[in-house]
Amino acid sequence: MTISRRSFLKTTMTASAALAAPAISTRYAFGSEDPIKVGSLLDQSGAIASSGVTMVTAMQQGIAEINAAGGLLGRPLKLFQYDTQSNIQLYSQYAQQLALKDRVDVVHGGITSASREAIRPTFDRFRVLYFYNVLYEGGVCDRDTFCTGTTPAQTVEKLVPYAMKKSGKKAYILAADYNYGQITAKWMTKYMRDNGGEVLSVDFFPLDVTNFGPTISKIQAAKPDLILSALVGGNHVSFYRQWEAAGMKDQIPIASTTFGLVNEPSTVDAKVSEGIYGCYGYFEELETPESKDFVDKLKKRWPQIPYISELTAATYEGLYLWAEGVKKAGSIDRMKVIEALESGISFKGPSGEVKLDPDTHHTIRNAYLAQVHDRKWNVLETFKAVPPSDTASVCNLIKNPRDNQQYVIDIKA
Amino acid sequence: MDLVAILGLNVVNGAASLFLLCLGLAIIFGMMRIINLAHGEFVMLGAYAAVIAANAGVNIFVAMLIVAPLFVGLVGIVVERCLIQFLYGRLVDSMLATWGLSLLIIGLVTTIFGNTMQGVPTPLGGFAIGAYRTSYYTLFLLAVAIAMLALVYGVLRYTRFGLIARAVMQNPEMAAVLGVNPARVYMATFALGAAVTGLAGGVLAPVSGITPVMGGAYVAKAFITVVGGGAAIISGTVSASGLFGFVNQLGAYFTTPVYGEVILFVSAIILIRLLPQGISGRFFKGTV
Repeated sequence: MTISRRSFLKTTMTASAALAAPAISTRYAFGSEDPIKVGSLLDQSGAIASSGVTMVTAMQQGIAEINAAGGLLGRPLKLFQYDTQSNIQLYSQYAQQLALKDRVDVVHGGITSASREAIRPTFDRFRVLYFYNVLYEGGVCDRDTFCTGTTPAQTVEKLVPYAMKKSGKKAYILAADYNYGQITAKWMTKYMRDNGGEVLSVDFFPLDVTNFGPTISKIQAAKPDLILSALVGGNHVSFYRQWEAAGMKDQIPIASTTFGLVNEPSTVDAKVSEGIYGCYGYFEELETPESKDFVDKLKKRWPQIPYISELTAATYEGLYLWAEGVKKAGSIDRMKVIEALESGISFKGPSGEVKLDPDTHHTIRNAYLAQVHDRKWNVLETFKAVPPSDTASVCNLIKNPRDNQQYVIDIKA
Repeated sequence: MDLVAILGLNVVNGAASLFLLCLGLAIIFGMMRIINLAHGEFVMLGAYAAVIAANAGVNIFVAMLIVAPLFVGLVGIVVERCLIQFLYGRLVDSMLATWGLSLLIIGLVTTIFGNTMQGVPTPLGGFAIGAYRTSYYTLFLLAVAIAMLALVYGVLRYTRFGLIARAVMQNPEMAAVLGVNPARVYMATFALGAAVTGLAGGVLAPVSGITPVMGGAYVAKAFITVVGGGAAIISGTVSASGLFGFVNQLGAYFTTPVYGEVILFVSAIILIRLLPQGISGRFFKGTV
């Protein structure tokens, strides 16, 4: 067979057209409907990974559900998740990448308060809508940012008087030595005093402290009725274990704003966690249909998933609140979405009804008070629709839309 | 009086845990001049080995004192054969390689066991000194530290292996001329250092938070103590961990844990400025 120049050209052109056809046709199908880009910065490795990994599952689950229901505004969602490796420098780097290279339409992410404050200015500068879906110390007042987790007025305010009622009026505060711990310790001090109590001492711990021997002796010398803990991370779990080993567990009760957010009750011995009080926006043990459905869905898709805490539930709800805002705005234009979100958007999620507060860009949500029993959280009380009154007392973005700072509570010594 | 007793116990406990953490590093660094940046991960592997064995039904003391050092010792042999044996005398390269190794171990453990781990309860319970309570486990840590001190000193000072090991460290060429195989001695010494580190991880497991990244909390302090101690493995490590444990624990008690750490690092800087050869370079010359 001889190949003429003409027949060679004919066959190769047909072949390349055939090969390129799928690309051209899909391009055509989505031509006017490119995916909406959702950025996400969560730690999947390093010290914070135990929190981040389950939060990523919530993002993936939420996006899959929204896409299965036809996407938003007829367009599918596409997730851009970067593993920030528990490294603040990578947060800054990936934040720039999401804003400038990927040009995402919204970012959900940040776990520690330190990471949030590292990336928030970047998203402000490049005008990218930002959702922070983690419980934190409160006070962020920024029209570009929505904080959907609980703040101290929603949890610590309930936890402190309850624990005081069960123990006594003298507390000893232990907290992690960075902005979350420092500010949360101030809120604990405020609520102790508001309820007629007294704070004997406030001790801060760098995140790599593992030996709590001197602290345990100091606590014994001070003789408090109650321990309030805002200790963070794997190294600080040593405190609870050394406390139990010294035989102090049955002598002085512990209430914590952080214990159990990862899966501490199931990793430490039952004796260590028994009786610890906590107050969060969500517990895996909640019996509502939405909660059970959420837990079932995640456990079915990721059978190895550890405890599903407020971090995971708030991430899922944060994504849906944003989606509700986009639906209402009928656009993904940042300002239109912000205005829609400020019109009183709400979503019924695993933790119950979650409503965005227009003034503060925080959420009005349920809070649950619980106690560990036999490695599980036993929910004792439910507080419906608690407002973020701490942030609301200093922040009003409707009146001062140009405000942009994190307010810090001032406690007189 | 109770307070003095409990503070004394805290200091002794701090020094004993520091000594256990450093001994393996001192053997590896002191004898072979290998800076093992994966030291913290050896501690972590020891803790994981102990916890996994204990959760599988092995007696907790067997798990801590036998399973953990055996396992990490074996890991040490593999690491030495595959990696370290090519790096003797190359200080900077050994740092880079062991740092990579530490990332690899963290990644492997995270992939296999996830980011958190079911711990083991602390055995032995607590007791009271006057108004203060503490755990018997504190005393157990002290006992293990003393036993390890005696054991390592005995092996290095009085056995034929110890004699050969010290000879190889001083002058490998001359030892080889006399019929010793230095490569084998290096391997055995590295494995010994790894096993001692694994034991430290094992006994610290019941009082620590067990995560794949837990090693990071120990490695800086361990290095400072070894450098502060100087060339002599036993006397240097004992004196430096005693000094730093004392400073750290009392600092944490009388000020805050933040300043406890600061005081520890400041005193280490002053010590190394005044005694660049470490404590044993000045005061315990010629000891083991």
